[in-house]
Amino acid sequence: MKGPFLFSIPRLWAILVKEFIQMRRDRLTFAMMVGIPLVQLMLFGFAINSDPKHLATAVLLADRGAQGRTLLASIKASGYFDFVREVGSEAEGGELLARGEAQFFITVPAMFSRELLRGERPVLLVEADATDPAATGNAISALRTLVSGALQHDLKGALGYLAPGVEPVELRVHPSYNPEGVTQYNIVPGLMGVVLTMTMVMITGLAITRERERGTMENLLSMPTRPLEVLLGKIVPYILVGYLQAGLILLAARFVFNVPMAGSLPLLLCVAMLFIVANLAVGITFSTLARNQLQAVQMTFFFFLPSMLLSGFMFPFRGMPLWAQAVGEILPLTHFLRIVRGILLKGNSMAEVWPQLWQIGLFALVAIGVGVVRYRRTLD
Amino acid sequence: MGDGFAIDVRGMTKRFDGRTVVNGIDLQVARGEICGFLGPNGSGKTTFIRMLCGLLRPDGGSGSCLGFDVIRDSEAIRRRVGYMTQRFSYYEDLSIAENLEFVARMFSIPDRRRRVDECLDELGLSARRNQLAGELSGGWKQRLALAACTLHRPSLLLLDEPTAGVDPKARRIFWDSVHDLSAGGITVLISTHYMDEAERCHSLAYIAYGDLLARGSGAEIVASSGLATRVVTGPDLSSLAARLRPLPGVCQAVAFGRELHVSGTDEAALDLSLAGFRGEGYEWSPSAPGLEDVFIHFMDKARDNFTP
Ligand SMILES: Nc1ncnc2c1ncn2[C@@H]1O[C@H](COP(=O)(O)OP(=O)(O)OP(=O)(O)O)[C@@H](O)[C@H]1O
Ligand SMILES: [Mg+2]
Repeated sequence: MKGPFLFSIPRLWAILVKEFIQMRRDRLTFAMMVGIPLVQLMLFGFAINSDPKHLATAVLLADRGAQGRTLLASIKASGYFDFVREVGSEAEGGELLARGEAQFFITVPAMFSRELLRGERPVLLVEADATDPAATGNAISALRTLVSGALQHDLKGALGYLAPGVEPVELRVHPSYNPEGVTQYNIVPGLMGVVLTMTMVMITGLAITRERERGTMENLLSMPTRPLEVLLGKIVPYILVGYLQAGLILLAARFVFNVPMAGSLPLLLCVAMLFIVANLAVGITFSTLARNQLQAVQMTFFFFLPSMLLSGFMFPFRGMPLWAQAVGEILPLTHFLRIVRGILLKGNSMAEVWPQLWQIGLFALVAIGVGVVRYRRTLD
Repeated sequence: MGDGFAIDVRGMTKRFDGRTVVNGIDLQVARGEICGFLGPNGSGKTTFIRMLCGLLRPDGGSGSCLGFDVIRDSEAIRRRVGYMTQRFSYYEDLSIAENLEFVARMFSIPDRRRRVDECLDELGLSARRNQLAGELSGGWKQRLALAACTLHRPSLLLLDEPTAGVDPKARRIFWDSVHDLSAGGITVLISTHYMDEAERCHSLAYIAYGDLLARGSGAEIVASSGLATRVVTGPDLSSLAARLRPLPGVCQAVAFGRELHVSGTDEAALDLSLAGFRGEGYEWSPSAPGLEDVFIHFMDKARDNFTP
């Protein structure tokens, strides 16, 4: 007897080679893989608006006067802003924005109350993460009307002279990352994640059911092979297809939609690998669960719909009810959207990407794990 | 390791949705033996073979295959068994050579290219090596599948109707090579519906509706059946057959060319029934029943037991 029956690279290689050949011969599927991104790019040239509230807001309160607090209280009362964190410095607030933990960063500068009382029109500084203009637009316009109204009460009486005519406070909004509010800047990078989710899950979703339906599974099972070899052998070839799609969309983003590319493209491509693998793993797991190809396709849609709707692609993530956000947090697309937008529009680096990235990695591991466990080694 | 038997299983049972498809079959096949596996359609041959190589989990039974436990060591068994499925199960969208290379890689066969080339030469498919397997005719697919499942030089071959749809000359070549393999010590369990093939096996196992009904060499099985046969010649044999069948002692009346083979288990009753036709110009003589007569007899008997 030979040694224990362990994972074997040559057998993995055997399956890889076979899958590559089959992929090359299956022209229709291949054409679809290229066609789907193009069709989606055209379909999603428009944006879907909504009115998200309770947006995470960081506050820097450098002035301890009463007026600053009054102002903040009424900002909060508008329902658009949730104060999630009070920060000590501007840098800290900027970081929260970059990581996506806050959508707004409001600074009440030092001497705010004093300048206000003196009628010097102090500045209320609002930095907004405008990556997704739909998410911030309404909140910002609400803010504009709110600020002038909020201090009316304080400014009556002794300070009444200040009120009429000019605004007592100058509201300065910095829409960061996407200053012109172009929705395509948000949609097109997001599309990369959406297309990958749909096609990658589907293509491997069919992988094992196809072997079953064609009867080749009986032969494959009668050979000495481990589940992980089969599953990985079916995943790896499609990573290349995933990169082809990502490349197409990035090219379109750059040259058709003129999306800015602030961050590092190599970083984005590295990160995309994990996302592609996560989706392929979901597909292969569906494939082990489905009885036939039709079921596999249905499962794909079952996964694709929430990914599309709850990831922040269709609707601004923060505008969704909490339960939907909780579901969204599980989906790899949610994190990938944050990463892509972060890298392309905000110029994020690994430090900001990591908090999202590990969650995709964890998802991929769990998906492959379920696949390996569920892979049936008999025909029963 | 069990040295005597390549296959030594007891009580193998398989149920699908509560229906027993293989019913407590015991089978022993000696090393180097060619065992023919016969039985009507749906009798459980494929199911039994699948259980031997770990493709189906038996609902009952135990034993060993090549000295490995059929339940626990199915991975070790898979490495040493060549299983040819009843339905072509290689990749139709891979070429002939690519399929063979896939198998060679899966079994980590040393000197892969040379083995694949040799195999193609033996098959006479070298010139068509780049043709897609799906484009081969049915018989050629069978020959490719057979070549592929012997590529890793298994010690036990499980062949499920390997010659279905293969022409006579190719079948002869195939059987010659099966005998060569067996002479080299390889054990073969081969299911078939062809009687001439059954006669080329060292021993036979006959199953019907999940039960093993007979086991032994062809001659032993014929002797154990208790069947007597008369070969009848004369005019208009088909109407004679129709008139004979309802008579006592007659189990079968089958025309073979210009002869009618009439068989039954009760020899005296058979002769008595035939005697009535003496005046109509028929002649008969006793003969040994053929394997086919015996199997059809088994099948009828089993069906009678099966549908009460
Ligand atoms: N996966 C399955 N699920 C349910 N029933 C099955 C399954 N596989 C086989 N059967 C049933 O088991 C019985 C035996 O089938 P099997 O394929 O073993 O017969 P066989 O002897 O190989 O027949 P054939 O000579 O036609 O190949 C049949 O009645 C078949 O319908
Ligand atoms: Mg069969």
